[in-house]
Amino acid sequence: MAGRGIAVWALALGLFALVWQVGATALPWAFEVPKGWTLPAARWITGFTKWLLNEASFGLFTFAELTRFIAAVIDVPYRVALSVLSTGVLSGRGSAAIVLLPPLPWLGVALVFALFGLWAGGRALGLLVLGCFVFILAFGQWQSAMVTLASILVAVPMGVAGGVTLGILAWRHPWFSRAIRPVLDLMQTIPVFAYLVPILFLFGFGPTAAVVATLIYAMPPMTRVAELALSRVPAELTDLGRMVGCTPRQMLWRVVVPSARDGLMVGVNQVIMLSLNMVIIASMIGAGGLGFDVLAALRKLDFGAGLEAGLAIVALAVVLDRLSQAAARRRGDPRPGGWLARHPYLAGGVATVLVAVLAGLMVPALQRWPVAWELSTGSFWSRVVEWINVNYFDTIEAVKNAILLNVLVPFKRFLLGLPWIGVAGLLGVAGWRLGGARLAALVAALATLIAVTGQWEKAMITVYLCGISVLFAMIIGVPLGILAAERARLWSVVRIVIDTLQTLPSFVYLMPAVMLFRVGDFTAMIAVIAYAVAPAIRYTVLGLAGVDPRLVEAGRAMGATGVQILWRIRLRLALPEILLGLNQTIMFALSMLVITALVGTRDLGQEVYIALTKADPGRGLVAGLAVAFIAIIADRLIQAAARAARARLGLAEAGA
Amino acid sequence: MTDKTSFRVRGGIAASVLTLIASGALAQDSADPIRLTLHDWTGQLITTQLMGEVLKQAGYSVEYVQADYLAQFAGLETGDLHVAMEMWETTGREAMDAATATGKVENFGPTGMKAKEEWWYPAYMAEKCPGLPNWEALKEPACAEAFSTAETAPKGRYLGGPVTWGGFDDERVEALDLPFEVIHAGTDAALFAELESAYQRQAPVMLWIYAPHWAPAKYDGAWVEFPEYTAECYNDPAWGGNPDAAYDCGKPFGEIWKVGWAGVKDKWPGAHAAITAFTIDNDEMGAMITEVDLNGKTVDEVTAAWMGANEARWKGWIGQ
Repeated sequence: MAGRGIAVWALALGLFALVWQVGATALPWAFEVPKGWTLPAARWITGFTKWLLNEASFGLFTFAELTRFIAAVIDVPYRVALSVLSTGVLSGRGSAAIVLLPPLPWLGVALVFALFGLWAGGRALGLLVLGCFVFILAFGQWQSAMVTLASILVAVPMGVAGGVTLGILAWRHPWFSRAIRPVLDLMQTIPVFAYLVPILFLFGFGPTAAVVATLIYAMPPMTRVAELALSRVPAELTDLGRMVGCTPRQMLWRVVVPSARDGLMVGVNQVIMLSLNMVIIASMIGAGGLGFDVLAALRKLDFGAGLEAGLAIVALAVVLDRLSQAAARRRGDPRPGGWLARHPYLAGGVATVLVAVLAGLMVPALQRWPVAWELSTGSFWSRVVEWINVNYFDTIEAVKNAILLNVLVPFKRFLLGLPWIGVAGLLGVAGWRLGGARLAALVAALATLIAVTGQWEKAMITVYLCGISVLFAMIIGVPLGILAAERARLWSVVRIVIDTLQTLPSFVYLMPAVMLFRVGDFTAMIAVIAYAVAPAIRYTVLGLAGVDPRLVEAGRAMGATGVQILWRIRLRLALPEILLGLNQTIMFALSMLVITALVGTRDLGQEVYIALTKADPGRGLVAGLAVAFIAIIADRLIQAAARAARARLGLAEAGA
Repeated sequence: MTDKTSFRVRGGIAASVLTLIASGALAQDSADPIRLTLHDWTGQLITTQLMGEVLKQAGYSVEYVQADYLAQFAGLETGDLHVAMEMWETTGREAMDAATATGKVENFGPTGMKAKEEWWYPAYMAEKCPGLPNWEALKEPACAEAFSTAETAPKGRYLGGPVTWGGFDDERVEALDLPFEVIHAGTDAALFAELESAYQRQAPVMLWIYAPHWAPAKYDGAWVEFPEYTAECYNDPAWGGNPDAAYDCGKPFGEIWKVGWAGVKDKWPGAHAAITAFTIDNDEMGAMITEVDLNGKTVDEVTAAWMGANEARWKGWIGQ
């Protein structure tokens, strides 16, 4: 068995080397796809999009009318949230509108959220929530933050509900799971810019289109995590449920979902984080809010203002995430007595709103935080960057050049020099050895598709940039996760750091990075690592925390050392989550491509960006699909490798 | 009419929702709000707010929507958005042409501002390369080397705009045989971050700068003087110093256009006339951008000051 494997690999690599070395002269088509072979996929897709936008019809109404209707439905809760938080209740529209009722005063919003925190998680959480809102107020971000909060409050529940529904379906029906997986990969990996233009036509230019784009991007992790979490519910529990005579519905909502709660809440966290991550792009299509402030500040190179607006986004993320986590963990303790006694917090909330509204009407400072009370870091951060720049630029440049010239550039040259046919073939062999003929056909076909649509060179640059970044992210993330899993205090610090990294718009640190590292691949790599390290840490911790303590205890009783327990028991049992973490790290890295294009890389992200500026949806989607294909190839091969490894080790565990 | 002027100074875009009730708009004009797009650079915010305030004075309801410079065309075509006040010939031409070709977007004519774009260097570099601003100085190996970095040496490093801006710098370097390597910044924020970084260290830098913008006001420097642009230079290889290549000249000056939804004309004919009539020149705009970006004034203050000083002009646009 092993001998045959080695023989197959030796043969495949031999062939590959042959094509690679001789091919440049003998087989030029193996390196560069001839013009005549390329598929005019971009033209087809553009044609299809045009048809969808202008002609597609269900008889009674057109496709575009359907999507406009959906947009109008989404718009209702959004308008309500926006009225309460930001604009007030208006009569009329635009500058001629008259305010009938002012929005909820800052005092009311902050206190109601703090009260919710008190109810869900006690005094500490209440104070944390209050602190976050005071931060937003003190730095003068309130108006923008409320606009952002309104769209997030609409997008997150929809994303969670949709994601869980799909996750349940996938868990119940294996065929659905298989069918939806590539769709989820596409949703998460095709850069938003690739389908932004069609979405704007279909859903209208404005906040609702932003909500739709946010849902497409933020929902997939919820579905994935839900499916995994549900499948990991111990069989004893479902057996018990069956014995006591649960109906299928009771089984799902009373037994399975509650016991999968920890996993599901990771999904909720991801939806919140990814929704906030879309704030920048949402602001480009009419959602306004904090994302717009970040962009405007950085165009002026006002790092302080950009950071303040960025941190306000983080503060919102922390509030929403901690509240939802605490609310899910809260034990219900029914109280006796009348309505008031049973619902003291609800009553308190209503009273707070009423008092705050009245107070706001009487004291303007309580309605709108006075400008005189605002703080600002002013030019402090710009000066910090300047100081580093003036004093340490040469050192930084030397380190950067060393890494660039010795690691990045050689790796890039190596990948770009490979023949596409050889790479597709090798991927096929890997797929065959790991997962059989179907996997082999899939990965080879996807790789060939990338080549024949004319994306090979850009795809290789993408693989090089993301590959190196994922490697670094895992090297940093997994050990950190192992350390944090056992230390609650460290974990609470790490969590804040990774939540910040995931929600602080990368623009905020990208522009200072450009000042210190110039435009180019190195800066891009830093941005990708900073973003993609979060899932590597998060899923490692999730996996290790889920290991049954009795098994660890048993290992200790049998005299295993700490290293053995970690290596042989805990990491091995946490492998499904860690692999999901690797999968997500790759997905996150690929989703940063559009951002990296902004600092001058020449990868698929740039192609998508160019297509957006030329209003060419076909070209953008072809490049976007190439990104997705890379993700799918990586994902499928990793999963097959994991299955093969588990089978070899005799671990018959079900997992991702 | 007189009491309306007291409403002129508005506090912030959010608060502008609370403004006056329509009275002066023509009878056939719709009462729906006219949506103007805001992008993320100061000059555009000022131009848009000037237009918006003028329209408000004429009694229209106005709404400002934050939108991406290029993605906005989707909204302008469907009529979700109505007016975009700055579409630069130099960077937005292709998207604009594609949109106007559909017949759903209309060009409302020039704003009167001209976009200047060219290679630019800080004043302290003039010592190291004494022949500047004449472009021929760049051909000197010593001069090119002064602009080089480890990656490009011995060639000079020229930081071009994002590839999406076009600009033909790769072709220009080729045609004029300049010992320079063109590196493309991904976005204009990155462009100015590099300039800021180099300027702080008084380090060499040669890059693409455009005006109206705050950068030429903040940093002391000059534009390289290439052979002047003509249409033949770009189309006809025989033209210019290099008989075998086009692009052997500088970049063109470009109009900055006003564009919008084609339906504006029928829905708000009075506003359409005002938008078409709107003009402002580079010097006025440059001064206002400097006030905001370097002197710390708000866009509201600057637009209010302009409105106060130019009352006769904008009243003419709205026929008062």
